[in-house]
Amino acid sequence: MVVAQQQKTGAFQVLVGKIDDVLQYAIGDPMRYLANWGRLYSLWPVHLETACCSVEVGAAAGARFDMERFGTLEAFGSLRACDLIIVMGTVTRKLAPRLKLVYDQMAEPKWVIAMGACSITGGLYFDSYNVLRGIDDIIPVDVYVPGCPPRAEAFLQGLVLLQEKIRKAPSLSGR
Amino acid sequence: MKERRLKVTTTPLRIGEVGLFVRDTLGFDHISTVSGVDWIAKNELEVVYFIGSSKPGQQDFVLAVSERVARDNPVVPTLIAVWKGADYMERETHEMFGINFQGHPNQAHLYLPEDWNDLPPLRKDYVSPGR
Amino acid sequence: MTLESEFSPDSDRIMSVSLGPQHPGAGHFRVRLWLDGDYVVRSEPDAGYVHRGEEKMGEYRNYIQNVPHLERPVILDSSNILFPYATGVDELMNSKVPARGQYLRVIMSEINRIISHMYFIAIQGYFQGHTTMIAWGMGDRDLWIDLAERIAGARVTFAYIIPGGVRNDIPEFAIEKGLKTCDWFDKRMDEYEKIYFENPMVHQRSDHIGVLSREDAIAYGATGTVARASGLKVDVRKDEPYSAYPDLEFETPVMTQGDAWARTYVALLDMREAVKIIRQALKKLPSGPVRLKLGPQPRVPAGEVYSRTEAARGEMSYHIISDGSPRPYRLKIGVPSAKNLRVLPHLLRDVHVADIPVIYWGLNYWPVESDR
Repeated sequence: MVVAQQQKTGAFQVLVGKIDDVLQYAIGDPMRYLANWGRLYSLWPVHLETACCSVEVGAAAGARFDMERFGTLEAFGSLRACDLIIVMGTVTRKLAPRLKLVYDQMAEPKWVIAMGACSITGGLYFDSYNVLRGIDDIIPVDVYVPGCPPRAEAFLQGLVLLQEKIRKAPSLSGR
Repeated sequence: MKERRLKVTTTPLRIGEVGLFVRDTLGFDHISTVSGVDWIAKNELEVVYFIGSSKPGQQDFVLAVSERVARDNPVVPTLIAVWKGADYMERETHEMFGINFQGHPNQAHLYLPEDWNDLPPLRKDYVSPGR
Repeated sequence: MTLESEFSPDSDRIMSVSLGPQHPGAGHFRVRLWLDGDYVVRSEPDAGYVHRGEEKMGEYRNYIQNVPHLERPVILDSSNILFPYATGVDELMNSKVPARGQYLRVIMSEINRIISHMYFIAIQGYFQGHTTMIAWGMGDRDLWIDLAERIAGARVTFAYIIPGGVRNDIPEFAIEKGLKTCDWFDKRMDEYEKIYFENPMVHQRSDHIGVLSREDAIAYGATGTVARASGLKVDVRKDEPYSAYPDLEFETPVMTQGDAWARTYVALLDMREAVKIIRQALKKLPSGPVRLKLGPQPRVPAGEVYSRTEAARGEMSYHIISDGSPRPYRLKIGVPSAKNLRVLPHLLRDVHVADIPVIYWGLNYWPVESDR
């Protein structure tokens, strides 16, 4: 008898928990969820190639890996319509101010993927006089994709991780 | 150097004549690369023009025309009038070694950032900040 | 040569526009344009956005440590940028590379030539609004990458051609796969010709655009596809046969129009020759070792060498000076893109703004390679 009752309350609690989850997702903050869901399948990157990893982005956009499955185009014209910036490799001292300028011009919400060892730590070019050791000092990074260069699959995984991050974003602003 | 390579070393005063002779008489008209070398022990800078040829029969030959100047005041004449393609290559040598090409129309930085105000990076006494 | 000297400063007809570095038509690169309405009056390329100081780094590393970073500037064509480096160091050390190593170098170099040209043609198609070419080109390029991956183990940065030979032997199944890929690609290139090169739309958008005469190609020092499209027959593989090229039969394709279409078409003809070379080399592959035994820090005798090979974009050359220490005293990389860069401001005069991407990418200019 007692056991059965315990099972009953247990199931009830699970039910309550589920309803709570559903409420939280669907009614508790429906706008947040909807807005972020809308964002995550239309990530449009800025076409700012910084170094050699752009070849692997090109391959990812090609017929074999097909980046558009995830709602991401390869090149898009206007900065105002873009919400993703993929830093494809080394950022040099000459490019750094331009990268910041491009980032500042983009409309909120915006995300950054640092692709390749160079954009994370400077990578192979740690002792070069013209290369920045990572881009964290200039712009905030959401997802790091390591590799030199990362394979196209690794880049796509980074993209999926970013989508996961946007889906779970705590606020309406997407961040 | 191996066969089919020849290096001619001359002075900045004569390099214009040598260039014209090499181009017009010998037929070496297709510029390949301009390189610079910093001989810090001898206190000299060297500029080397590697010239190929477009004439059939001598395309396997690469001629190197070089000149040496003192490190303290490296001024050499430009050879754009001889080989038009030397333009950006001399510009690069200028920013990397600090060699002044007299008569060059534009010696602004090509590869280095606009605000570079250190020593020219390929000089031997410039130490890369990571090292 | 400032703007004021050419045009009157108070003229408000001339507008200065910057194309790049953030622009779908010009990655890692900027061109300053002076426009009069829809016409480009003058232009000035602004390179250096990817200048990473490879030449200075080369002086800090020994001859073997230099291999991985030297192939990064031209990642599409990574074996071909190492080829002249390897031949140059071999020449300095007076070492004789085994025959199998020579053949494998040639095979890898030609595979890379195809990978690089496929990227070039695909993006050129994209710039002309021909989306089939980019979809096919990028997809087929991956098959060659697969083949190279089976030989060398990496997707784009192979570090395969090293001083003394090649890094590892080719596996048996890769030879079979290579021959199959060659057969299949021959058919594929016929299809490219039909759908892209004979397409009237493509002809309209690239015929007689950005014409470079033979004289100008010589004067500006153009190499590779740019020079060959203008009727200047330069090909280091023929002019100064190195490695296994003397044993192999191939032609140097030359065209005479010198326009953007010809520059693209020469790349296709180049790929046809490359397939021919790969097939011959795979069939003729001699047995034996693939490289010489070299220590991790080889001592190179003092000397000076200028070595050159034919990369996908043109003549790739190295000027290496050794002072007898384990590190090079001077390592100058003469890359084809830097040689072709001077052609760009010459061509970007009196053209429509809409033609800029076709002219720019038609030069097969890869900014990362040019900047080093």
